Amino acid sequence: MTAAIELSRVSKVYRRYSGKQFATLKSALLQRSILRDLRPNETFPALSDVSFAVEKGSTYGVIGRNGSGKSTALKLVAGITKPTSGIVRVQGRISALIELGAGFHPEISGRENVFINGIMLGLSKREIQDRFDEIVDFAELREFIDAPVKTYSSGMYMRLGFAVAIHVDPDVLLVDEVLAVGDEAFTHKCLDKFAEFRRRNKTILLVTHSLSLVERFCDEALWLDAGRAMDLGDPRRVVDSYLTKVEESEEQLLASTTARAVEDAAPLSEQPADPTSNMFQATEGRWGSREVEITDVAFLDDEGQPSFVFHTGDPMAIRVRVRAAHAVDDFVFGIGIFNADGVCCYGTNTYLEEMNPQRLDGDADATFAIESLDLVEGTYKVDVAIHKRDGFPYDYHRLLYTFRVKSRVRDVGIYRPRHRWSFSPNVTFKAGR
Amino acid sequence: MLSNLANLLRYRGLISSLVGRELKARYRGSVFGFLWSFINPLLLLIIYSFVFTTVIPNQVEGVQPYALFMFCGILPWTWFATSLSDGAGSLLAGGNLIKKVLFPAEVLPIVSVLANMVHFFFGLTILVVFLFVYRRYPSPSDLIWFPVAILVQLIFSTALALLLAALAVHFRDIRDILANVLTLWFFATPIIYPWFQPNVQKYHALFNANPFTHLAIAYQEILFFGRIGHWRWLLALGAGSIVLFFACYWVFDRLRDSFAEAV
Repeated sequence: MTAAIELSRVSKVYRRYSGKQFATLKSALLQRSILRDLRPNETFPALSDVSFAVEKGSTYGVIGRNGSGKSTALKLVAGITKPTSGIVRVQGRISALIELGAGFHPEISGRENVFINGIMLGLSKREIQDRFDEIVDFAELREFIDAPVKTYSSGMYMRLGFAVAIHVDPDVLLVDEVLAVGDEAFTHKCLDKFAEFRRRNKTILLVTHSLSLVERFCDEALWLDAGRAMDLGDPRRVVDSYLTKVEESEEQLLASTTARAVEDAAPLSEQPADPTSNMFQATEGRWGSREVEITDVAFLDDEGQPSFVFHTGDPMAIRVRVRAAHAVDDFVFGIGIFNADGVCCYGTNTYLEEMNPQRLDGDADATFAIESLDLVEGTYKVDVAIHKRDGFPYDYHRLLYTFRVKSRVRDVGIYRPRHRWSFSPNVTFKAGR
Repeated sequence: MLSNLANLLRYRGLISSLVGRELKARYRGSVFGFLWSFINPLLLLIIYSFVFTTVIPNQVEGVQPYALFMFCGILPWTWFATSLSDGAGSLLAGGNLIKKVLFPAEVLPIVSVLANMVHFFFGLTILVVFLFVYRRYPSPSDLIWFPVAILVQLIFSTALALLLAALAVHFRDIRDILANVLTLWFFATPIIYPWFQPNVQKYHALFNANPFTHLAIAYQEILFFGRIGHWRWLLALGAGSIVLFFACYWVFDRLRDSFAEAV
């Protein structure tokens, strides 16, 4: 197997301007610094020491957060920028779906733009002539092809750009997050086109945030973070390790937002600020007499460790720490779980579950353990409260705590009932995803 | 550098279609469209005629009609000046292409020069019509020099346009400086006054140091006076322009990699 794209130990350093962004000729001449100004004064490594090879005919995915160097890598492969060090080798004609319709001139018609764009991408006039109908049909713009491009909607503009770029018939296709350009139908058409490319043994380098696309489409994947290659190889594995990292940073984010929400809600008030607010209205806040105070709320994973990110079906426990200033004999612990739309997914308390309070004094823990978190993917907020049986609040924390549920299945709804599918023998499915 | 230069030949399809686009887009949506390419120089010629025959009549011996004489110099000057100012801004204006597409940057300033050359040709037809109206027929033996003059100017303007475009990416004020330099340069060149006036002759060394002097004189001699006496200077300028072109292209090539980041 030969490599169609090969990067070996490639680094790319961008210059950053430190207050000298608008360098003037005068100052450059006066300080005799023309040549010096053309060199970077402060640098920013966009890629550091990245190596990977894409075999001919394979599809390669690059994933990573925003600003991780994905697009820089693509531009290096496309030859738009040069690496600061290292070697980039590419074999065959490249077409880069980076900025669709970058060369379009708004004043002239779609037809003329197709020709000029095609020539820019390396086609001859003759070749464009031959493919013109195909391009226009693919872009679904037959009625508008003679109108100036400035009258196009952004979707039309992108579709035309995509159609031209894909019909260049490259050996190596570079794709930068462009599948979001059209409606559902157009996206499918693009995916079909990619599939056709694969069948014809063309090489595709795909930069995307759509992890499922990487898993479904790619033979190999690379995960970039802050310009470094974190992992590369089997797409499933790379996506998994990327997701693990994303969860970690999400945990940190949720931890800090939760801490802030609790802090902001700290002012002492006996009643909700808005008396009309009730159980089913989603406004954050905290109120109560604080005779019994909630001092800490934590979501625990199956190992008893505090966490903010859980997977569908995982066990989860909500641990509530309270401190009673003096002993009380009338108390109810309550929990409510709300989804991002503010819909109550589940709510309960110890009174509803017919537990008769007897005594609570000093520091105490209450743990609400969920055997299996059967929720769909999303962000959930939690109410935690301790109050009297008649509803008088000791300490009511309204929507102050947030956790996230992840799922590999894109199912929808509020609640994910435990389920399984079964079929009569004449219904069959292909193996794998 | 040489291989890049050789690539330039491969881009001729791209260059010609971009020039076409430039011309089409310029007048798209205007009522007169392409006619403007003729109307503009025609109006200019009428204004000059009026000023120099009625307002401040110019009676210099041997350069009558004066407006026609000036027009012979102003047309190529306009090509030169617009080429440089468009060319200097061309990389900045085409930033999208340089940043997002694998695109040979030198094409952009070259397109600026060529698109303005086409406008020059349009203006030339107006000039030819008026030369005939005034019965000034250039001699065929002189007309051989006309394409030479155009070629020399093409090389000279392209060289400067490449240099200015590359520098303007890093020093934006070049475009403002250029506007002023061009005004000064215009008056320092014997275009609206004949070079054989005694006052000009006093400083002829200074005037000879101005490259565009030789182009202006060549055009005036070929088209207006009908006797080319300046061809040695023209050829020398041609040779100098070729050297200049290589020097400017070298600078452009050196700065090429910085364009995608600095635009």
